[in-house]
Amino acid sequence: MTTPVQTPATGAAHAASVAAISVRSAGKVFQVAKGAEVRALDDVSLTVAPGEFVSLIGPSGCGKSTLLRLIADLDEATSGEILVFGKTARQARIDQEYGIAFQSAGLLPWRSVQANIELPLELHGVGKTERSARAEELIELVGLTDFRSRFPDQLSGGMQQRVAIARSLAERPKLLLMDEPFGALDEMTRERMQQELVRICSETGAAVVFVTHSIPEAVFLSDRVVVMSPRPGRIVGIVDIDLGPGTQRSEGLRENSAFFEGVTAVREALHGSPAAPMGVELR
Amino acid sequence: MSEGMRGPGVAERGNGHPEPAAGAAAGAGVPAGVSAAAVRGPGRGRALVRSVLPPLVLGVAFLLLWQLVVAVFDIKPYLLPSPTDIAGQVVAVFALLLSSMLATGLNALIGLVVGGVLAVLLALVASRLRVFDRMIVPLVAGLAVVPIVALAPILNTMFGSTSDTPRRVVVMIVVFAPIFINTLRGLRQVRPVHRDLMRAYAASSWQLTRTVTLPGAVPFIFTGLRIASSLAVISAIVAEYFGGLQNGLGSRITSAAANSAYPRAWAYVFGAIILGLVFYGVTLLLERFASRRRS
Ligand SMILES: Nc1ncnc2c1ncn2[C@@H]1O[C@H](COP(=O)(O)OP(=O)(O)OP(=O)(O)O)[C@@H](O)[C@H]1O
Ligand SMILES: [Mg+2]
Repeated sequence: MTTPVQTPATGAAHAASVAAISVRSAGKVFQVAKGAEVRALDDVSLTVAPGEFVSLIGPSGCGKSTLLRLIADLDEATSGEILVFGKTARQARIDQEYGIAFQSAGLLPWRSVQANIELPLELHGVGKTERSARAEELIELVGLTDFRSRFPDQLSGGMQQRVAIARSLAERPKLLLMDEPFGALDEMTRERMQQELVRICSETGAAVVFVTHSIPEAVFLSDRVVVMSPRPGRIVGIVDIDLGPGTQRSEGLRENSAFFEGVTAVREALHGSPAAPMGVELR
Repeated sequence: MSEGMRGPGVAERGNGHPEPAAGAAAGAGVPAGVSAAAVRGPGRGRALVRSVLPPLVLGVAFLLLWQLVVAVFDIKPYLLPSPTDIAGQVVAVFALLLSSMLATGLNALIGLVVGGVLAVLLALVASRLRVFDRMIVPLVAGLAVVPIVALAPILNTMFGSTSDTPRRVVVMIVVFAPIFINTLRGLRQVRPVHRDLMRAYAASSWQLTRTVTLPGAVPFIFTGLRIASSLAVISAIVAEYFGGLQNGLGSRITSAAANSAYPRAWAYVFGAIILGLVFYGVTLLLERFASRRRS
């Protein structure tokens, strides 16, 4: 991790270098029935630079979704501190600093594809013509041009997920939070969407926190892969991936030896090879 | 139910949204031979025919059987007049029948609309204010089991017996409970992921209501409305049995029966059945129209 954490007070000249996300010793304890508690996250620290693509990977129940929800201010950390663009998570949510896509698409069944994508714009008072122009762009981007006036239950799971992704991009956020957004997609669509996502993000300069269960997916997309372990949820390793800027990542990369090295490094970190390496370098 | 719980609950099923159980069966069983012969125009006309035809066919068969039974067993009119006798009376008193149906129908409609709007508004308040929720829900549950038409004579003295108001008030109170209870259940069905989404958008609670909670409750509101529409007609008629204005179906039925004009009483009962069917059919059509945009 190279980006030093900066305080908002460093002034306008340094504004660009304020971390997109800064998580410092965050912990989350869920109170469950009769005083029992679940330690979902324990002493997690992570900094995400502006424009950086970071994946979270780890076994089920290790707290990936929880970490994402803390950053999104959908849950509150029980300890530690979380800053998003130098603001508290709560303030960042209120200021609409991020776009989010959930594992279950979470579309509104009574709204058409287009109306679903327009939802955040509508809530934030964007005018009708501007809304539909933006929706148009996004529908084309996710390849659903023929489906814009369909309703969610007329779409396949993968199509719904694409609508959810388009919706998360609607307001051109500088930060994208994505919880297994490609989980429901078939392998081919998945690889196409990965490539689209990596291109969009590097073009828009958005930082991304991306939860996934797939090692190749994490490696293909990311600048860094954060490996987590359960009970309590902790970060056990961070693997730097050096496959060049997102704009240059294409299908060919999947046969590249650097790609395989990345996959191997993440796999080793996941399976807890002796002395799980912090910041494995791959060059 | 699964409120406050993350992850898949009952409401998480697939991509749809929870459908109230009572809504599922409507318009499902059309006798194949009948519909093939009668259904020609595609689209909306077909849907209309499909929902109106089955009860109509059943009704005709029932009338034939009735006629047969009355003829074969020589049943006296004061016990049960034959359908042809009743039909004769329907023709004879047609103008009066129509005006009585209108009078009673108007009472039922006004009571239904006012009671329904009130029920939805109060359910909205109850779904947002926990204290109010605790206060009103047991009250409404109580209201639902009280025979409200018993209030009719009292309301007659309250509002004066030359007014339609007592009947409308009875209808209003009767329809309130089913619409309120169903609406409130619908309003509580918000999926956790939708709640999260709206929180992520920093949406106001009014925005949450308008874009998520209320649209999600629409199928439930219609379930309540469908139950209430039949109740509205029944209670508007029964409320007339307790005196007051002599302009509606209920008062004509009682006065015909008091004069031993049994086939005429039955003619008005026939009018009541038609009125009930009209109310039910219109709600069904409204429901179809509202759900057409969903799937
Ligand atoms: N609202 C909650 N109440 C109680 N415990 C919770 C809650 N949310 C999560 N947990 C617990 O926290 C732990 C981490 O959950 P989380 O959903 O973050 O896992 P995850 O890494 O996203 O898993 P998966 O890969 O299966 O999605 C789990 O043990 C879970 O049971
Ligand atoms: Mg998860």
